[in-house]
Amino acid sequence: MKGLLETLVRGLGNGSVYALLALGFVIIYKATRVISFAQPALMLAGAVAVSYLVEVTGFWLAVPLAALMIALLALGIERVCIRPMVGRPVFVVAIITLGVDVVVRVVVNAFIGRDVRQMGDPWGFDQVSLGPLVVQQRWLAMFGVTAVLVALLFAFFRYTRYGLAMRAAAYDQETALAQGVSVGAVFAMSWALAGFLAAIAGMFVGTGQGVEQTSWIIALKALPAIILGGLDSLGGAVVGGLTIGIVESLFQSYQGEYAPWLGQNFAVVSPYVVMLLVLLVRPYGLFGTREVERV
Amino acid sequence: MLDVRNLEVVYDDVMLVLRGVSLTVPRGSIVALLGANGAGKTTLLRALSGLLDVHDGEITKGSITFDGEPIHHLKPAEIVKRGVSQVMEGRRILAELTVEENLRVGGHTAPKDLAANLERVYGLFPVLKRRSKSVAGYLSGGEQQMLAVGRALMAGPKCLLLDEPSLGLAPAMVAQIRDLIVEINKQGTTVLLVEQNATMALAIAGHGYVMETGKIVMDKPAAELLADEDIKEFYLGLGAEGAARSFREVKHYKRRKRWLS
Repeated sequence: MKGLLETLVRGLGNGSVYALLALGFVIIYKATRVISFAQPALMLAGAVAVSYLVEVTGFWLAVPLAALMIALLALGIERVCIRPMVGRPVFVVAIITLGVDVVVRVVVNAFIGRDVRQMGDPWGFDQVSLGPLVVQQRWLAMFGVTAVLVALLFAFFRYTRYGLAMRAAAYDQETALAQGVSVGAVFAMSWALAGFLAAIAGMFVGTGQGVEQTSWIIALKALPAIILGGLDSLGGAVVGGLTIGIVESLFQSYQGEYAPWLGQNFAVVSPYVVMLLVLLVRPYGLFGTREVERV
Repeated sequence: MLDVRNLEVVYDDVMLVLRGVSLTVPRGSIVALLGANGAGKTTLLRALSGLLDVHDGEITKGSITFDGEPIHHLKPAEIVKRGVSQVMEGRRILAELTVEENLRVGGHTAPKDLAANLERVYGLFPVLKRRSKSVAGYLSGGEQQMLAVGRALMAGPKCLLLDEPSLGLAPAMVAQIRDLIVEINKQGTTVLLVEQNATMALAIAGHGYVMETGKIVMDKPAAELLADEDIKEFYLGLGAEGAARSFREVKHYKRRKRWLS
């Protein structure tokens, strides 16, 4: 029982990171109808930015600074590469984001080199006791920070003028335009928000083990999360991310014992198995909008 | 106040939809724009509110001025800020948002006056206040139309463009919407009313324009339009004697629209 609870805490921690990344995907998708494949690069860039800034400003200032930097970077990408493509087929734009991802990662890799760059975070692999449970501090930090960010994000979409404008534009772009909402501003904000969240996620990916050139692959686990939660649901992204984290953690703890025939490290692919199953059974996800196609 | 001069609009670079439309909406008036489906009424409104881009349309000739300043090259947000708001055909409410959220989106360009505008709209449409927390998609058709009009008023427009507000509504509801338009006009908002329901539109308008295949074919004070034989026949569905025409007579249909000859 104790082992199970510890497994769940680890799952919630890692799942929070997937949730942050998934939120970025969903926010951009809702605003522009494009799945941005540039999220992994933004995540990696965020982590690397923290690893450099931490030497100058200390950890607590480095994180918000890095997140703002990546938000600005995302703004720039949107302005230069995405805005001119408004009105073109979304497939084309998605491919462009793929190109952006590669370019940004190549540049960021030059800053990583062959090292593993450390975040300089206060948690490392340190553990803490929660009653009888012994868990890593960083998982609690991941979950706590994500909870706060998600709450802020939902308040933003619900109560602020620009949050409402983004929801309006996501629902019906022409109507939003007719109310005087600038759709260009909505696109820009969606990218900036996604960049901000990706940078925070990147920092968490690097806590403890640090980041290296291959760390970007972790961002792809947000894809199963959004498929599970539904591509156009913010709540779904959070639930999907946490679920994927827990599934992965459960496989890590118990697969060796109960299903050794699956080989070692099956946990790594388990999110994608979930994604396959969801696609077969409920392709629009748990909370996504069911597309009705008349034939 | 709102002046359209010799406007030409082309869709997709090839489809000429407006062919030299000119029209004037004086300050404080209600002007009706009548016309059958496909005449170009909605296109004209899109041109006025800057929404042609969304539909690959383009103004190729002519000008639109509002309070003496050209607005045909402006973005929709800027046009709304200058004081021209449109209620789009088919209501187009944001069905997933609540009534109040819809209204707040309407007030996007006027954040300072949000509270005052909200109060004004709730005053005009008490039913919206009662249902302010409901999800807009669950409102009835008439309530949705009120929400669409209220949302446009949230920007505090000087000129309101209404695209077929009576579409798909029960007669009692049409009468209610009609009275509301009169009330909004009395409060100082100029109205350009695009309608197929000519009886309703001409009953409240001061002046009327008739549009066909992208041109203004007739333009008279509303009272004269109501009395016009052709308008009676083609837009009000009344025979020369004022009675509804029977289908039997369609066989012997000889009348030709005078403006075509």
